[in-house]
Amino acid sequence: MKLKNAFFGATALVSVASTAAIAEEITIVTVNNADMITMQELAPQWEEATGNTINWVVLEENVLRQRTTTDIATNGGSFDIMFIGAYEAPIWGANGWLTSLNDFADDAAYDLEDIFGLVRDGLSADGNLYAVPLYSETSFTFYRTDVFEAAGIAAPTEQITYTEFADIAAKVHDPDNGIFGTCQRGKAGWGENMAFVGPMANAFGARWFDEEWVPQLDSPEWNAAITYYVDLMTNSGPPGATANGHNENRALFKDGKCATWVDATSAANDVRNPATSNVADVTDFFQAPKQATEKGTGWFWSWALAIPASSQKTDVAKDFLKWGTSKEYFEMVGESKGWVAVPSGTRISVHEDPRYLEGAPFAESIKNAILSVDPTDPSLLPVPYTGVQFVAIPEFQGIGNYVGQQVAAALAGQSTVDEALANSQQFAVREMTKAGYYNK
Amino acid sequence: MARAISTNRKALNTAAAGTLGFLMFFPILWMIVLSLKTEEDAIRAPLEILFSSGWTMESFGAVQARSDYFKHFSNSVIISLGSTFLGLLIAIPAAWAMAFVPGKRTKDVLMWMLSTKMLPPVGVLIPIYLIFRDTGLLDSRLGLTFVLMMINLPIIIWMLFTYFKEIPSEILEAARMDGASLREEVIYVLTPMAIPGIASTVLLNIILAWNEAFWTLNLTAAQAAPLTAFIASFSSPEGLFYAKLSAASIMAIAPILVMGWFSQKQLVRGLTFGAVK
Repeated sequence: MKLKNAFFGATALVSVASTAAIAEEITIVTVNNADMITMQELAPQWEEATGNTINWVVLEENVLRQRTTTDIATNGGSFDIMFIGAYEAPIWGANGWLTSLNDFADDAAYDLEDIFGLVRDGLSADGNLYAVPLYSETSFTFYRTDVFEAAGIAAPTEQITYTEFADIAAKVHDPDNGIFGTCQRGKAGWGENMAFVGPMANAFGARWFDEEWVPQLDSPEWNAAITYYVDLMTNSGPPGATANGHNENRALFKDGKCATWVDATSAANDVRNPATSNVADVTDFFQAPKQATEKGTGWFWSWALAIPASSQKTDVAKDFLKWGTSKEYFEMVGESKGWVAVPSGTRISVHEDPRYLEGAPFAESIKNAILSVDPTDPSLLPVPYTGVQFVAIPEFQGIGNYVGQQVAAALAGQSTVDEALANSQQFAVREMTKAGYYNK
Repeated sequence: MARAISTNRKALNTAAAGTLGFLMFFPILWMIVLSLKTEEDAIRAPLEILFSSGWTMESFGAVQARSDYFKHFSNSVIISLGSTFLGLLIAIPAAWAMAFVPGKRTKDVLMWMLSTKMLPPVGVLIPIYLIFRDTGLLDSRLGLTFVLMMINLPIIIWMLFTYFKEIPSEILEAARMDGASLREEVIYVLTPMAIPGIASTVLLNIILAWNEAFWTLNLTAAQAAPLTAFIASFSSPEGLFYAKLSAASIMAIAPILVMGWFSQKQLVRGLTFGAVK
């Protein structure tokens, strides 16, 4: 008996010791978006199943960018997994800062091909996959069905022009009764006002750079786009629009203050959720408008998981990535949080699942909007870059932020459109020359 | 003789001071209001927020459920107290030397130390990050304590130098005549006389270290993150978490607010020291 007890004791000890030996602690840095919060809530299931543990580091988006860029550029190794966007993934991947995830294609159960090809391409560089998406988004137009009906406006069934959009916004603009014709981003920043202005400029036929990387911000197309934007917001927008970013406009729209809003498809489940929105049952969607072209009129963005090359726990990190973006994970979100909360724009199978289509009736609109985007061909005229609302080069952050400030100044009436674009062109020329893209 | 002030003037002054105080406190008051609302109510128009919705403590519970407040709190306490007291160990002898045995370049050294505060921190982020990476100090309380000590050292030395200059050097000379060694002179004679000044220096530096957000966010990850990182984790680019963000902010500033309230006399004295000289 003693021998038997000793045997079981020893076996248990070996088991505990071996579990402890393989159990790892990984650190994940993320932003505080709803889909990431859900992942944090469900992650203990992965921890329980694998014996590994996770340290979550949650940061504000700008802080996260600065923090992860510093760490990855210096090979700091503070994080094993990072949530990054479609802007960073190809640039950092090409720099050798991220671990390639090409081997995910060999895992039949994971089914990499089930992730939208457009999204995979957006997270790849030189044919190598460097991140896997949790959710992806484009932009479309949120509109109030009740306001349109009261004004006798038929909901557009095909892509309308920005000129038509301005007419609609003017018709439904009724500030005396607390309804603004349109709410668009005005807060300066490449991820704020330029996320709306960039695709709108594409629609007007503008481009950031020509084929030789010469900045084109003083072109007539940019002038037409920014003039339109300032007029639209002045005539049909809320006061103080330069203070409004995505969050502020989302709050205004949900509170019933906006008749139209061109913004992220990922906000749809929140706006259509009766528990969080006053306009849940009177909101519908149509495509973001076009003008001179329909190319690049809806942006493309994806929040994705990547493993920095400095991580020492690549295998465990890859295991988590597979779990967090697997078909089973999306199913788990649907079952535990409701199908309306399932991250959109990632897996084909999710967008074909009847439970998702029933729980999120706007899912088809999101899918169609995402599939209509082509970041490799974002503008009317040929360009040397990829990206719709951004240009996938490291210099874009600085240039985009500066142009965003100039556009905000024009909107606030602190400068004219001509001055704002002349300043922007001067800045972009200086930055691109300094970076060696071309000799002025 | 004190100048006579009329009752009307007194009332006017009180009203002006009260208004100014209210305006300065308003952001904190509004944060308290938002923290006691649901997320849905927190995004309504200001008057609606105040009068037409209920009050709840749910945001505080949600914040604690999602993030370990006490871990961040203890990191803040250790880092701010540690950096302040480590700074004192260096600053007291330095300020003594500058106040009582000034050299030809003492003023230049003082100005140079102050000038380091004018350097934008981001300018030295990469070198410091690399040093921390190579010495294993990234995401450690020791590393952060050291950095915050270095950042606040010029202020500590300047404040103590100003206090020490007020102490008559004859007293120290008398101690020396009585046979006190340098160590005894500093510990048993100078320090007790400068205790009010040291106290206000300590308080101010604890507040500065507590509120420091650049280095504490950039050099920490999961282990050493203080309350500044705790607040930052509730800010969202795509989502409305104003109530939770307000609750997290209240939880983060409450300890230092309470400390500031109880020690305001010393603080005011420290901040206005020399104003009437």
